[in-house]
Amino acid sequence: MKSLGSIRRSFAPWNDPQARPYISFQNVTKRFGDFTAVNDLSLDIYEREFFALLGASGCGKSTLLRMLAGFETPTSGRILLDGQDLAGIPPYKRPVNMMFQSYALFPHMTVEANIAFGLKQDGMPKAQIAERVAEMLKLVRLEQFAKRKPHQLSGGQRQRVALARSVAKRPKVLLLDEPLGALDKKLREATQFELMDLQQDLGLTFVVVTHDQEEAMTMADRIAIMDKGKVMQVATPAEIYEAPSSRFVADFVGSVNMLEGTVTSRNGNSVVIKGNSGAQISVENAGDAAPGADVAFAIRPEKIRVTSKRPETAANAMEGEVWDIAYLGDMTVYHIKLGDGQVVKASALNSARVSEDPLTWSDRAWISFAPDAGVVLTR
Amino acid sequence: MQGKLSRFNITALVLGFAFLYLPIVLLVIYSFNDSKLVTVWGGFSTRWYASLLSNHLLLDAAWVTARVAFISATVATVLGTLAALALVRYTRFRGRFLFSGMVFAPLVMPEVITGLSLLLLFVAVGLDRGFLTIVLAHITFTMCFVAVVVQSRLMSFDRSLEEAAMDLGATPFRTFIHVTLPVILPAVVSGWMLAFTLSLDDLVIASFTSGPGATTLPMRIYSQVRLGVTPEINAVCTLLIGVVTIGVLAAAIVNKRRDIQRQRDEQAAAQAN
Amino acid sequence: MSQASAVTRPASEASASHGPGGTVLSAILSRLVIVVPYLWLLVFFLAPFAIVFKISLSETAISMPPYFPVFSWEDGLSGFWENVKELSFANYLWLVDDPLYFNAYISSVVIAAISTFLALLVGYPMAYAMARAPSSIRMVLLMLVILPFWTSFLIRVYAWIGILKPEGLLNQFLMWAGVIDSPLQIMNTHTAIYIGIVYSYLPFMVLPLYATLEKMDFSLIEAAQDLGCPPISAFWKITFPLSLPGVVAGCLLVFIPAVGEFVIPDLLGGSQTLMIGKTLWNEFFGNRDWPVASAVAVVLLLILVVPMMFFQRAQARSQEQER
Repeated sequence: MKSLGSIRRSFAPWNDPQARPYISFQNVTKRFGDFTAVNDLSLDIYEREFFALLGASGCGKSTLLRMLAGFETPTSGRILLDGQDLAGIPPYKRPVNMMFQSYALFPHMTVEANIAFGLKQDGMPKAQIAERVAEMLKLVRLEQFAKRKPHQLSGGQRQRVALARSVAKRPKVLLLDEPLGALDKKLREATQFELMDLQQDLGLTFVVVTHDQEEAMTMADRIAIMDKGKVMQVATPAEIYEAPSSRFVADFVGSVNMLEGTVTSRNGNSVVIKGNSGAQISVENAGDAAPGADVAFAIRPEKIRVTSKRPETAANAMEGEVWDIAYLGDMTVYHIKLGDGQVVKASALNSARVSEDPLTWSDRAWISFAPDAGVVLTR
Repeated sequence: MQGKLSRFNITALVLGFAFLYLPIVLLVIYSFNDSKLVTVWGGFSTRWYASLLSNHLLLDAAWVTARVAFISATVATVLGTLAALALVRYTRFRGRFLFSGMVFAPLVMPEVITGLSLLLLFVAVGLDRGFLTIVLAHITFTMCFVAVVVQSRLMSFDRSLEEAAMDLGATPFRTFIHVTLPVILPAVVSGWMLAFTLSLDDLVIASFTSGPGATTLPMRIYSQVRLGVTPEINAVCTLLIGVVTIGVLAAAIVNKRRDIQRQRDEQAAAQAN
Repeated sequence: MSQASAVTRPASEASASHGPGGTVLSAILSRLVIVVPYLWLLVFFLAPFAIVFKISLSETAISMPPYFPVFSWEDGLSGFWENVKELSFANYLWLVDDPLYFNAYISSVVIAAISTFLALLVGYPMAYAMARAPSSIRMVLLMLVILPFWTSFLIRVYAWIGILKPEGLLNQFLMWAGVIDSPLQIMNTHTAIYIGIVYSYLPFMVLPLYATLEKMDFSLIEAAQDLGCPPISAFWKITFPLSLPGVVAGCLLVFIPAVGEFVIPDLLGGSQTLMIGKTLWNEFFGNRDWPVASAVAVVLLLILVVPMMFFQRAQARSQEQER
């Protein structure tokens, strides 16, 4: 498969066999009574990565973060930071800082005092503290708000204070728990890029916990998709989207069509899958699918072309009926019902003002796609 | 959800508050009664307040009461806050059930039992009864009220503030001093005020545990009341009520001002963005 | 400012510090937080009960202290054993023999129960009205309820004497209004005690009731009415059951101390009104009979143990709910 690297193509330490992970979870399990929040999880995060833990609520991502910060102790397993085992080290002694979802700003202290708090605990001389605080205020553009108290600030301003406070000590690792959750949509987009810039400029390792796929896909170098305390896949956003390793991951991020069937033959990296209706498709990216196996071909809606007549040069084509149309302005999403009852989602950009081949409900239509437009999933 | 109150509700409130305040109002009015008899209004006069000033018994008792209340309230606040912390933060420790029982029991325990038991303790240990024993007794029964007030505040306290402090390098002790305590301070202060009032007001326990030279104001008032109702008592009571009312009103006004200012700040911040 | 992480974090089992172990100092400090108040309460609250029990098994004596035997360190182990043999349950038999005490216990419980019920009758409408009031004046109302509580309890009871006595203000007013011809004898009767207890303990009834009612979702009542339920019925079927925890808390907070109440029966009641608090006081200060007074106290405690445990359980339950 062609390499699907991060947007920063040159930065891929996970591919480098020489690189040692900066943060390492080794067979970490966390149980609360009968409930297992994290289940024998192993994960490596490299220095200067912008890493995202993505999953639905209850999947264990926050618990994992809190174990790294020191607020929970693993029931079993080890957590290593820069080669050092963190067991027995309380949170106030770890070179890790956290930005809390609720910001957790000290309500009785000014913005300045909030930012200076961590520096004071380290016994930094007053002059140096003042310097660093001024630097941080400049970084988040809150210089005029230095003397204000948290309740005198707006939500976005509070978030920036929380950010400044958490990087004031120049930690090697910054943990962010749903950092954009409390912001409105517009602010969220702007802040996403700000965070990415900040991470690059300061050269820190960021570990972000989020349930918002867009957030993870936009900001992260690599994403770990979690479900029920386990990691389902760790990969770059492009890999996760284009080459999901399981049905769960394919379904989790974006929309996906699962064309079910059985492998009838395999030739190198290509397989022929026969669907329930008897239709056959010939696809690549077969993974470990063997003849006779029940598989699903996962293909994204934008990779499927919809035409009113059978396309002449398509490798895979199937006929169906236009079941539903969603006109979204910038694109149109067609729901095409195939012969065996399966409904396939296909989206098309409206790149021309007037469509040359307008389809409407109940029309006969053909869907087609290239052999390498998706991946074969066995799990 | 709420709007105008129904007539029934308003009546209930008015009658209830009348019931609560009428005796107090009457007491205050009759402290200015020139006549010694409660039944006859002799004209407005402040002579009972004047004679108070020369009533050494009452004044001494008031001084004792004030000192006892101040010291016991302060110690009780410390102990009560610790007890509240123990109950809220440590969900499991050996003897927690017993501890929790001991903290809440004095809230409902009849004072005669508390008083008697403490007195017997002091006698058994050989501790002379006097100022110290009243203080010890008052600390014991008021700390539980402080614990209840502080505990209630701690339960609604945002733990992520403490986690943030520890994350930034503060030890649990430093976290408590610099973050937790400042935020729960209003509750601690009202706990102190509650303990102070309870001590100021206590008759039964003080009667059991006091000794020569340590007569409290309630004890003095009680012994005088048994002899007969004098308007001087009315004057003392009015003064006490006045002091407490002013204190509570002042606290309430300060709080209200702070709340209004806070609301204004939040609105300004929201609009500015 | 909710803790989102609480969704994935059920009540932690960890006892002392956050995270795995702290410094030695922080471990010591966290132990101290528990130990200091614990020790204080053990010494000044629990231990005294043991002593009361021991005294209740002793004999009264004309000496200082006025009971016998007196344990002391000088007696040594054999002396200790000698003293133990002197202890007896004679005082308890005395209590059982003399109907005065039995009547006093019964009377106290009955008076306390009636007063509690009356306090509920008076306090519930007030608490309900406060919970329904517009939020701007709720704080004011709350303060108005608490304010009398901050003033002297003794003084307020004393004020009622002036109102309730035959020449008092109530009778004066009623006669002036022509409602009655001759003064009502309220002082020194059970009625005066009811009024006194209700008056003094009203905040204890109103506050927990208010706290519970305030949290109630009144749109439930609207839903019931929308479904055809008349208001009074809606109250009994919905509001009252939901307010039950507050009712229980308020009643216990009034009943339990009222059983052992002394000041009110002493000032407002007369020789006919028997309450165990007064009996205990008289035994102790009047007869100087410490052992009998102690026995009275022990029996009173035993009577109250069950309601006190109810109270404990209700407190613990409301704590759990808040978590």
